[in-house]
Amino acid sequence: MSNYNLKIKTVTLALVTTTMSALSSGVFAGDISIESWRVDDKDLWQSEVIPAFQKKYPEINVKFSPTSPSEYNASLNTRLAGGTAGDLITCRPFDVSLELYNKGYLMDVSAEPGMEHFPEVAKSAWSTDDGKTSFCMPMASVIHGFFYNKEIFSELNLKAPNTVDEFFNVVETIKSESRYTPIALGTNDGWETHQIVYTNIGPNYWKGEEGRKGLVDGSLKASDDAFIAPYEQMAKWKDYLSRGFQAQTYSDSQNLFSLGRAAIYPAGSWDIAFFAGNAEFEFGAFKPPVQQQGDTCYISDHTDIGMGINPKSSNPEDAKTFLNWLGSKEFAELYSNKVTGFFSLSNHDITINNPVAAEMISWRSECESTIRLNAKIINRGRDDLETSFWNAGASVINHSASAQAMGQKIQSILDK
Amino acid sequence: MESDRHFPWHVFVFILPGFLIYATFSAWPLLDTLILSFYDKTDAGEKVFVGFNNYQTLIGDEEMSAGFWNALKNNMQFFLVHVLVQNPIGLLLAALLSLKDLRGAKSYRTLIFMPTLLSVVIIGFIWQLILSPLWGVSEELLYQVGLVDYFDAWLGLESTALITIALISVWQFVGIPMMLIYAALLAIPDELLDAAYVDGASPMRIFWQIKLPLILPTLGLVTILTFIGNFNAFDLIYAVKGALAGPNFSTDLLGTFFYRTFFGFQTNLGSTTMGATVATIMFLIILFGVMVYFYMVQRRLQRYQM
Repeated sequence: MSNYNLKIKTVTLALVTTTMSALSSGVFAGDISIESWRVDDKDLWQSEVIPAFQKKYPEINVKFSPTSPSEYNASLNTRLAGGTAGDLITCRPFDVSLELYNKGYLMDVSAEPGMEHFPEVAKSAWSTDDGKTSFCMPMASVIHGFFYNKEIFSELNLKAPNTVDEFFNVVETIKSESRYTPIALGTNDGWETHQIVYTNIGPNYWKGEEGRKGLVDGSLKASDDAFIAPYEQMAKWKDYLSRGFQAQTYSDSQNLFSLGRAAIYPAGSWDIAFFAGNAEFEFGAFKPPVQQQGDTCYISDHTDIGMGINPKSSNPEDAKTFLNWLGSKEFAELYSNKVTGFFSLSNHDITINNPVAAEMISWRSECESTIRLNAKIINRGRDDLETSFWNAGASVINHSASAQAMGQKIQSILDK
Repeated sequence: MESDRHFPWHVFVFILPGFLIYATFSAWPLLDTLILSFYDKTDAGEKVFVGFNNYQTLIGDEEMSAGFWNALKNNMQFFLVHVLVQNPIGLLLAALLSLKDLRGAKSYRTLIFMPTLLSVVIIGFIWQLILSPLWGVSEELLYQVGLVDYFDAWLGLESTALITIALISVWQFVGIPMMLIYAALLAIPDELLDAAYVDGASPMRIFWQIKLPLILPTLGLVTILTFIGNFNAFDLIYAVKGALAGPNFSTDLLGTFFYRTFFGFQTNLGSTTMGATVATIMFLIILFGVMVYFYMVQRRLQRYQM
């Protein structure tokens, strides 16, 4: 009996030790994972970006694990609180990531090699209010504008509009002389009406940074004319949207434009990749129209995406190596050209190959840049402000609320 | 005689596994949620006891309570649509299917019950596509029957979105009342119906004065199950409209309101303590409804030995 017992004990011991060593050696020193909301970019990361990194650092394995955009912030917070988050964290700009830094979920990266390639404006989206500490490395910005179907425009003898009057002439012509839908936009999802339309055409009314800073320090009100005027223009768009636009989702709008059934698509530059792949016609881009010919134009050039490091990462050295590579010219060129529509925020001199993306980035030299209106500071402590903006945009286009009423509603939230 | 004195320990032993599982996964989380709703989290993340503060905020505070009362009102509408549409249709279908010698009764039963088996994501996606003004067939179908003037972007308009989603939910779940009532109708002995027929009662009279009173307990059960199911509803709204339950919160139910409060949405970070409060109130509402049903209705139902 004792012999048998001894045998059992040895076998069990052997099994346990082998399993434990197998499990522990499963966590290699060269593994890092990236948290992100860019589910659409997953293929690009796996086929282009990560292989490029591994050519230089073959011993580091990188995993890109995105979460859907509307769930990202909440589930990331849960993972960070529970200690199961990835090593690298894709950072939302401004307050969202500042909160994470204040809670100790992001590492201070101000002194990391690579940060010196980014201008102050870019770093400000991921720095503390005093500007001294950076908690994420800037990656890219997105620019807003309008895409148009070049074939439809040449068929109807139209030119890309410069002023608001020209814009309405164009859409009126499309509506009366053809069966195409003038503007591909729906109000079902709500966020496009704010993040792609209001913050796109708005800066021309509130004069970009001037108006935004006025709203931040309280000298201007959301119920002022400059902030209501874009809503009034949006209300006029209703006649030029397709029938039943109230139930049209974001992907419906994308499909409508890529199938060639709509002429104009209010866009963020991130859409370039989708249409480059799906649209069979040539499309161009034009800036948000100004009120009078010759006015200074303003574009929404939004610092959208950055990368930070989880202080509780099990592999901070490799994470820092990756972050360093993100600051290089190689990554800037790769990202801006492969993940078309995201423009690197670095100082590196890069060439953009895609013609539409090149057109959009050229607006930086013609127009004044500004970020999305409520992205910085204004959303602080006002949880429902962003969704109220979405509802305002959708209601104004639906004609279920007036521009005045929505302006006042936003201001009442700001007043609290 | 001795066995009368022994305490029945074996009963406890047999019940224990089931009781443990129930306690761990049902009773304890419920209790813990109740307890959690009495706390609040400071910015530093510490839990602080605040008593009924959360409840006062949820019910009384201007900002927060608007969302809650809106969700409650929508949920009542949602329930009303089910009671007025789903249960009568279920009753009608069950009555038709229980007719003697109906050809193809089995296939009808299966087909009507199939939507209940489908994944709610598939149902949401398909109906959204059917009703889509851009690529859906509903406009074309209405045109064929001459009713195209009534077509609109129902899912996108504040006035019709909730009713539309409620009707999709009715389509999904009509099989359940139908099956329950059908089973009850089958249990009615044929002699009763034959006797009534022989006595000269018309089919309508047989239905309203003989069948219906005999299945009243089942109708009560179906209503209370509908109530509990509707006030817990979340998945269809989430699949069709997302957690934000647009347009402008018109499709917001208690379930989606809880989801946003607890888990957060977009840049809103959720609050576990406030979420626990919402969950507790949902539980109390459902409990109240069930208690009202038990005391007012169930006790007065006549049950017949058949």
